[in-house]
Amino acid sequence: MSAREDIMNRIKSALRDAPATPVVPREYRRSSDMTAEQRLEQLVDRLVDYKANVFLTPAGDAPAKLAELLTGSTSIVVPHGLPESWLAALPSAGKDDGGTPAVHVDSPERRLTTAELDAVDAVVTAAAVAVSETGTIMLDGGGDQGRRIISLVPDRHICILNVDQIVEVLPEAIARLEASRPQTWISGPSATSDIELERVEGVHGPRTLDVIILT
Amino acid sequence: MSSNTFLGMPSLPVFGHGNLNATEAFPKAAHRELGNEQLRANLGHATHTIRDKRLKVVAELPDWEDMRNAGAAIKDATMANLPALLEQFEANFTARGGVIHWARDAQEANEIVTALIRETGETEVVKVKSMATQEIGLNEYLEEQGIAAYETDLAELIVQLDHDKPSHILVPAIHKNRSQVREIFLREMPVVDPNLTDEPAKLAEAARKHLRKKFLSAKVAVSGANFGLADTGTLTVVESEGNGRMCLTLPETLITVMGIEKLLPTWEDLEVFMQLLPRSSTGERMNPYTSLWTGVTPGDGPQNVHLVMLDNGRTAALADEMGRTALNCIRCSACMNVCPVYERTGGHAYGSTYPGPIGAILSPLLTGIKSEENNSLPYASSLCGACYDACPVKINIPEILVHLRGEDVDSKRAKVKVPTQMDLMMKGAEWAFAKGSHLSLLEKGLPLGTLAAGRDKVIKKLPGIAGGWTQSRDIPAPPTQSFRQWWAKEHKPGAAVVPGSTNSPEGEQA
Repeated sequence: MSAREDIMNRIKSALRDAPATPVVPREYRRSSDMTAEQRLEQLVDRLVDYKANVFLTPAGDAPAKLAELLTGSTSIVVPHGLPESWLAALPSAGKDDGGTPAVHVDSPERRLTTAELDAVDAVVTAAAVAVSETGTIMLDGGGDQGRRIISLVPDRHICILNVDQIVEVLPEAIARLEASRPQTWISGPSATSDIELERVEGVHGPRTLDVIILT
Repeated sequence: MSSNTFLGMPSLPVFGHGNLNATEAFPKAAHRELGNEQLRANLGHATHTIRDKRLKVVAELPDWEDMRNAGAAIKDATMANLPALLEQFEANFTARGGVIHWARDAQEANEIVTALIRETGETEVVKVKSMATQEIGLNEYLEEQGIAAYETDLAELIVQLDHDKPSHILVPAIHKNRSQVREIFLREMPVVDPNLTDEPAKLAEAARKHLRKKFLSAKVAVSGANFGLADTGTLTVVESEGNGRMCLTLPETLITVMGIEKLLPTWEDLEVFMQLLPRSSTGERMNPYTSLWTGVTPGDGPQNVHLVMLDNGRTAALADEMGRTALNCIRCSACMNVCPVYERTGGHAYGSTYPGPIGAILSPLLTGIKSEENNSLPYASSLCGACYDACPVKINIPEILVHLRGEDVDSKRAKVKVPTQMDLMMKGAEWAFAKGSHLSLLEKGLPLGTLAAGRDKVIKKLPGIAGGWTQSRDIPAPPTQSFRQWWAKEHKPGAAVVPGSTNSPEGEQA
């Protein structure tokens, strides 16, 4: 008998008392009545609590804000679907390796190697949805967010979020996400508390998380 | 539903093996660990800090109890429909390019993982912290097979470098302080700055440097999983440091080992568990990173994705109608952090991979209560119930502890024919409490106790099995008169209780 069959038989034998399937009570909060302003305020509060840097910026000022944040960076990586307009104020706008910072576009046609990613200073991505109550930003591999590896290897992650992407509670976000897509949920930068429970930001993931929220 | 109907002969439970069995009984191990002052100081600090944080973030939510109720019901529903859900999960995970393997026990799981690694031609793997692989002793097995497995979670790395065992499921190296960690790093890391200080930030940085090259060059990773979602075939890993993301996305081959009980029926059930788990375990609103993957995503992450479904005693636990809810455990460690016994003895005393209150029920359920050294685990509790209150999926741990004690007594009764000291004592108690006159006769012996206690008024050693009681504590001398004797004296017919007299109960004064 195969191990699968064996285990299935053991399970069925174990359940010979035919336990009832309870109806799941879903009285917990599944939607929010917070206003957009309240959600924004809550998200900022939670992100700052996690030691992320948060910038509230009018949508039109996004390129300038990004250029300002990237001053001093020599190379960055962006996913192929990131709105080009966001990079408009960078000296190297629209070019690959054409200025400072050098902008590498990661696309299905040209995937950066791990070594190449290890050499860049920062990554700029969009996000799928954000949860204000928990301070969580969710990436689902969409064209403007890219492969999971690009938001992992560089030491700095700049994430640009639209205010209308913010929901209050987790169930609202889960309903918006597609399970079949590979996902990364991010709540603050990488951190550990493994030595005497003292929190240290930055271990293996990006040590800096900057969040630009377009208002 | 046909797939849920079992038509064969009921089989006997098949128990698990591996790092589930203690090598010595809990009382003996606990006695030794109690003498470790460093451990007790670290643990006391850790458990109090985490439980305060937990209480704070739990209090933020108005619907915490609703969420616990949903969590408990979802898990009960999972267990009741496990065969169908496993089939559903398998179909969805496989449809997306993943490969599923089934392992009856630790040995079989280890062999499967080894064969999968061999197929890649690699002799090194990176590992993200996993209770399941800890349970089956995978690292030790791989080492015997000539494969090096590198733990990448900071605490697991510390424990592995020091050739030690984890003592807590959430913060496995909590029994070590920063200067000990520094010494381990200086001794065991091939390239390390000799001027390394014991600041946690500097130590974390050393770990980052130590592992960076491994991550960027690793071809194979081994992980566990926090949840498997049946209706989508999705796997989930919850972590903080990013080492999980490194293992789950950089290598070409990903091998995950997951207990069959880790399923949730639907994608939306994640909305309950991803709120219950972080707040219960680290006391955070959300852990820094959560990764979700469904089979293979072309062009993104490992293209060779395997999952080993592990039984190793889980079906035996499921067969225990009373104890099966222990399988609902989501490994948050909230029960450990509130347990007065765990706080003092530490995780090593429990022997098994699963320490604390949940370990005290889960380990004997997985190995069987007749398993030599695990039969003392259900007694490693004061039955105070704090673990039940803290459990996010409402596992009634005290009730299962009592149930397992009963099982243990029954299994021993079958073996022992001559009456034990306990049987004789119980017989004696039966006689004493049967009649007031019997009791007063015994009470006449009270002054003898005072005499036995001597001048310092404490009894330091009792004979026979009662000696267990006095092994680690003294008993004050019994009073010279019993309550019944005192009552009889104070309430002689006609004698009035004088208000304010020393003998009158204070609470009743007007």
